Amino acid sequence: MARAIFSIWRGDQSGGAMQDYVTEVSEGMVVLDAVHQIQAESAHDLAVRWNCKAGKCGSCSAEVNGKPRLMCMTRLSDLPLDEPVTIEPMQAFPSIRDLVTDVSWNFEVKTKIKKFTPRPPDAADGTWRIAQEDVERVQEFRKCIECFLCQDVCHVLRDHHLHDAFIGPRFLVYTAALEMHPLDVEDRLADLKEAHGVGYCNITKCCTKSCPEHITITDNAIIPLKERVVDRFYDPVRRLLRVFQG
Amino acid sequence: MADVQVLGRRPFGVTARRDAWWVEPLVVFVVLGSFAVYATWAALQGVHYSHGGYLSPFYSPELFGDSPHAIFGPKPGWWPLWLPFSPAILILWAPGGFRFTCYYYRGAYYKAFWADPLSCTVGEPRKRYCGEAGMPLILQNVHRYFLYLALLFLPILAYDVWNAMWFANPATGATEFGIGAGTVVLAANVVCLGSYTFGCHSFRHLVGGGVDCLSGSPARHTCYNVAGKFNRAHMRWAWISLFMVAFADLYVRMCAMGIWADVRIL
Repeated sequence: MARAIFSIWRGDQSGGAMQDYVTEVSEGMVVLDAVHQIQAESAHDLAVRWNCKAGKCGSCSAEVNGKPRLMCMTRLSDLPLDEPVTIEPMQAFPSIRDLVTDVSWNFEVKTKIKKFTPRPPDAADGTWRIAQEDVERVQEFRKCIECFLCQDVCHVLRDHHLHDAFIGPRFLVYTAALEMHPLDVEDRLADLKEAHGVGYCNITKCCTKSCPEHITITDNAIIPLKERVVDRFYDPVRRLLRVFQG
Repeated sequence: MADVQVLGRRPFGVTARRDAWWVEPLVVFVVLGSFAVYATWAALQGVHYSHGGYLSPFYSPELFGDSPHAIFGPKPGWWPLWLPFSPAILILWAPGGFRFTCYYYRGAYYKAFWADPLSCTVGEPRKRYCGEAGMPLILQNVHRYFLYLALLFLPILAYDVWNAMWFANPATGATEFGIGAGTVVLAANVVCLGSYTFGCHSFRHLVGGGVDCLSGSPARHTCYNVAGKFNRAHMRWAWISLFMVAFADLYVRMCAMGIWADVRIL
């Protein structure tokens, strides 16, 4: 059994500091295991949010050695243990306490996005027919576990705090899943340009790199949405065609 | 919406990351910066851009110029005397604009040249930010028009490869078919540029990404899938084609200057 140092952020919205804890580590442990061990041994009041321990609930999002990660999916064997492992809460959201952040803003954002609106049913029994190849494109977006790591790493939210102007990668993925759905007939392009601020994304692909579900957020969701916004608002030829097409 | 009060932002360059996060933006800065310097220098030379049937891709199509490849003859009389002339100036803005507004390059040079951000989770130098939602970066939305121009360049560069397959026989003076190392270089350049162009996000959108149902259009669906395959390797092709186009110019230039001797393969 080896011993390792974990430098964990302790505090709340009024401020805080990194605090070192030493604990035993063994083969197969993940960061969340170490945090639980520290909680049991020496920091009984350490606040940490977790649930499934299987990378599917998206609860234990944090920043490990400066990178947004799910603590339950970050193996200690992948980290250099000869120096302290830093564990901080997500920086893009208000701190509640220690490693727990208030992510409620995300759920407020979700309520602002126009809901799925299917076309009239294809069959008399009220059902629809969708070709497999038409629905395949949006299947990728449904893998999202809402861990909000992409929101955390996005510099528009993290560094520039433009929460009022930009909905962030998670909800651009959500919007893409609706907007590209073969049954959906709702129009969200004006919202994307104005209220949802798709133009704020400058394609750094940090969201794609941090996604634990490996969703190609930038290339397959955000850029296609930007292109659709260009179709509607920035392409004079398309505008002209629309005039002639009525 | 509720006001979101987050903890303070990190100062410029500050991060808790332990990896060598600075390597990627540094490499992009050096390589992309070097390419921009070389391409500008090469475009302004106005000489040594053709060698026999070979024409540098920086100068193709040669609208006006002194080489046998010029379509409309020598430098036009209306060209202002105070403005230096090079055939490349007339055309290089189009492929240059295509790369400058490319979604991949945008993300790369925003980080490497503008530190916006320098790298993921690394503190930024500026507080003010409007991304591509306002001037001047909103103009990046013109990318699809540069794509249309870039698509026109591909058959022109392919025609240059055809021209690079004909050599003058030194003994008889007759033109004969052949393949030289330069032919291969120019052909590889077209393949690389094509792979980069057909993986363009705007191209993928144009051929099918803009519609939700492709099942009723098998040809369009195939085009979308092919563009998607190229798109998944867009970054790789962006760099490969960048190196290749610079090397193709260098090859023709070196041959024209007599520094390198072109090898006849066939």
